[in-house]
Amino acid sequence: MATTDSKQIIRALYDDDDVILKAVKDVRAKGHRVSEVYSPFPIHGLDHAMGLKPTRIAIAAFLYGCAGLTTAILITWFMMNHDWPQNIGGKPSMTWGQNMPAFVPVMFELTVFFAAHLMVWTYFAVNKLYPGAERQNPDKRTTDDKFMMEVPVGANRDEVVELLKSTGAIEINDVNENA
Amino acid sequence: MFQFTSKAKILAYALIVLGAISLVIGFTSVPGDHHEGGHDTEEQHHDGAHEEHGDDHAATTHEGGELFAMNDQNAVDQHESEEMHAEDDAHADEATEEHAEEMHAEEHHAEDAHDDHAEHAAAAHGDHVEHGDHDAAHAEHARHQQENRPWSAFMVNTIFFLAIGLGTVFFLMIQYVARAGWTVGINRVMEAVGLFVIVPLIGMLILVFTGVADQHHIWHWMQDGIMDPASKHYDAIIAGKEAYLNDTFFIIRAVVYAAVWYGVIVLVRRHSLKEDQEGGTARYYKIFKIAAFFAVFYAVTSSTSAWDWIMSIDTHWFSTLFGWYTFAGMFVTALAALNLLVVFLRYNGYTPWLNENHQHDLAKFMFAFSIFWTYLWFSQYMLIWYSNIPEEVTYYMQRFDQYNTLFLTMVAMNFIAPVLLVMSRDSKRVMGLVTFTATIVLVGHWLDHYVMIMPGSVGEYYGFGWAEVGGFLFYAGLYILIVFRNLSKAPLLQKNHPMVTESKHFSL
Repeated sequence: MATTDSKQIIRALYDDDDVILKAVKDVRAKGHRVSEVYSPFPIHGLDHAMGLKPTRIAIAAFLYGCAGLTTAILITWFMMNHDWPQNIGGKPSMTWGQNMPAFVPVMFELTVFFAAHLMVWTYFAVNKLYPGAERQNPDKRTTDDKFMMEVPVGANRDEVVELLKSTGAIEINDVNENA
Repeated sequence: MFQFTSKAKILAYALIVLGAISLVIGFTSVPGDHHEGGHDTEEQHHDGAHEEHGDDHAATTHEGGELFAMNDQNAVDQHESEEMHAEDDAHADEATEEHAEEMHAEEHHAEDAHDDHAEHAAAAHGDHVEHGDHDAAHAEHARHQQENRPWSAFMVNTIFFLAIGLGTVFFLMIQYVARAGWTVGINRVMEAVGLFVIVPLIGMLILVFTGVADQHHIWHWMQDGIMDPASKHYDAIIAGKEAYLNDTFFIIRAVVYAAVWYGVIVLVRRHSLKEDQEGGTARYYKIFKIAAFFAVFYAVTSSTSAWDWIMSIDTHWFSTLFGWYTFAGMFVTALAALNLLVVFLRYNGYTPWLNENHQHDLAKFMFAFSIFWTYLWFSQYMLIWYSNIPEEVTYYMQRFDQYNTLFLTMVAMNFIAPVLLVMSRDSKRVMGLVTFTATIVLVGHWLDHYVMIMPGSVGEYYGFGWAEVGGFLFYAGLYILIVFRNLSKAPLLQKNHPMVTESKHFSL
């Protein structure tokens, strides 16, 4: 029984980030899909070359920042004006509005704190990086000094292998995910 | 090559002429005749007029009064809110009551202090100022402020356009110091704007010399006899600053700033043009050395010039952050103007090597330095607000009393607008949105400079009339004329800059 197209994958190994970036562009220019690239460090422009959708983490960060700002306003109001009114710097007005300048550092810090931390946790969750998560990297060398590209193939396997070799791949492996 | 079209030329000349006319109207329509007969007769009429001296005391008393009044107000507000609190809250416990009592005490204290203060002031006036003189002195001061108005308006525009020119010189120089590659495509644009700096510098020198020659009273410390203990105008606080704030040193400093700032950009332009013909990296390294010198020189003079020209308007007041605050405002003004100019050039297809990546980074600079400006503005404001020391806090009280709307609008325009409009990556790459934001930021920083200069020199007699608009149109016309002429004189891309290829391939 013939395997379906999506299950047959070629893994091509490279030893330079510029070379693999160029290779990804060439492979995609020839009409093939690059399903994944493994690299020990982020490669500038790779997401664009792979045709990945733009990240939406900026929107999430903005919302987290707004949540942090709201929290800071509520916290300062509750602690300093409502629950136990404080005389701030000889300006005992006890209203949030009149003491606001004193709260700006808190507002700023909590905005940054919420945006930064929640953004990191969101990133981990979306990429399934949490304790007990299954290992996704197929080749340990890509955590050291090698780069790997995954190309799903079908009947055109030989053609793709030739193309990958011509782009500078140092090692090519066939993987059948059904096996 | 950039073409300085006849349309743009006509626009520039029209702006200059319109601006000059309204400036003249602004300067001639001042109430009262400056320093001529009117002044003298009034002085005689009021028996030797201790106007400045008396007035300073009057100002102190007045300000002090307001300060305490504000505390009273706070105390009352506090008291009310406390009562409401007690009603609302089931557990209005001892702590709260104690607190309320404290508040009462403080209220009384504030009133006592007020009385004391008033007595003090009266005693200080005591021997030589009668009540009538007091009023006359106030009228005299008010007239000085009204006469200052066109000069101050001219100064606001001078500082605003100085910011555009000088900030651009600084930006160009730090590109060389940092050996940045991406900006090479706009270096020629920055050179053209940088060379414009001579115009507002001349404007500033005119203001300096007319100030020393007593033609206007923007800088209060230039008052005759204010440093002389024997004089009736003597002011001990201002006299203490004599080593720095005196006419001779003031003129020397202004001339040195102007000569070095303009000299640097002239030299850089010359090297940059020669580099086009000679090739090689020799010229590049020469500019690098000039740029390094400028960075150090400007690090000091950006602060000192801000103290000289702007902070010394409110002579009694001082803030250690002021130099940086002014610098941040000037730099962001320059970046906003540069964004507008680059959008204009890109839109008209003069610079095919510039794309949305370069715009993105330029807009990012504008965004970042808007936040930097706000950070410094707030740092200065919050510390003074918090400590509430009379000699410091008067600066902001005047701005809240007399310039309330402008002051708060200005902060919103300079902070909230750029933060919300160009925060996202995509918005920095859209020319329309960058233009819109840069315009808001420019208007905001014009207002910022307005609120820096006007309160200390014209007090409540401010407005937007012939002099304000005229000065702006006049400088705007000169800006178009000189910048466009400079742009058309040389190729818009440096041919032999070592990083010109890097700039072309820049991507974000």
